[in-house]
Amino acid sequence: MRRLAGLAALALLLLAGCAKPARDDLYVLLPDAEGKTGELSVDSVGRVTVLDQPYAAARVKEPGRVEPGTVTEQETKQAFGQALAAQPGRPISFILYFLEGRDELTPESKQIVATIPGEIAKRPAPEIIVIGHTDRVGSVPFNDALSLRRAERVRDELVRAGIAADRIRVEGRGEREPLVPTPDEVAEPRNRRVEISVR
Amino acid sequence: MSRSSFSSLTVAAVLLGALPISSAAQEAGHVKVSRGTVQIERAGQKLPAEVGAAVQSGDVVTTGTDGSVGITFLDNSLLSAGPNSVLAIDRFAFDSTTHQGAFESSLKQGTLAVVSGKLAKQSPEAMKVKTPAAVLGVRGTEFLVRTGAPKD
Repeated sequence: MRRLAGLAALALLLLAGCAKPARDDLYVLLPDAEGKTGELSVDSVGRVTVLDQPYAAARVKEPGRVEPGTVTEQETKQAFGQALAAQPGRPISFILYFLEGRDELTPESKQIVATIPGEIAKRPAPEIIVIGHTDRVGSVPFNDALSLRRAERVRDELVRAGIAADRIRVEGRGEREPLVPTPDEVAEPRNRRVEISVR
Repeated sequence: MSRSSFSSLTVAAVLLGALPISSAAQEAGHVKVSRGTVQIERAGQKLPAEVGAAVQSGDVVTTGTDGSVGITFLDNSLLSAGPNSVLAIDRFAFDSTTHQGAFESSLKQGTLAVVSGKLAKQSPEAMKVKTPAAVLGVRGTEFLVRTGAPKD
């Protein structure tokens, strides 16, 4: 009986060995758009390999067996060409500046706002997020309202340029998120802004 | 029961009933590129993954032999899959103010290109991509994943 059980266990092991498909996993770290390279850790059943160089790669033929190495750009395109070709356009962001205490754009920012519809048109199913901010001159409620008015002003400009209003989300954050931290009641042109992200 | 409390109960019931439909909180991203056969599996249903379609936490995105798909997530992460791929969005949570949350996905088979977004930038532990053989921890920013049995 014990021998039978042993045989059965052996048969199971053999079966498992045959049934377990050999893998052909490949993980590759790429340089990012600015040419810098991040870091990717590969943990296969507790075995950790860290990739931190451009085109550093890890191959896994079976769980727990990680083979570090590198791949060429050519090999990368061959193995991942269609996934890479389907990559959505990179999100882009803009900062527009305003005159003190008002929802009127600075002349420089008026020129920038005119370029944004072109960027939006390049993207399928575009999403536009417009977030208004103020400096710390004035009360918190005043600045909450002003930041929202600034964002709505930019939205209206975009809608006038032909962008569908339901693609644009508008928010006002008041004086809470300055680009340049200042004491209260300090005028700071760099904080009187609207941030637009398009993706 | 007074009439006013009855009507406020009705309003509450209607609001509660409406919640699952308007739960935009579950929304994780949108399809931006869709070529060939691409489907989103959600709660047992197969939906066409057209450009502009919403992707939710819990969805499984599949591509056919002629398919590929590109998705932009709310934190600006970009995931794109090549043909014969199965990609599960296991968990997506993103606070657009603090940039905190979690993004866990699984590539069951196929190929995947990833550009990590604000979640991974804010916290290196926030983003993970799993395969049947490994868990990938993401400290930024761009990488590729292929998983499955070798081709004959």
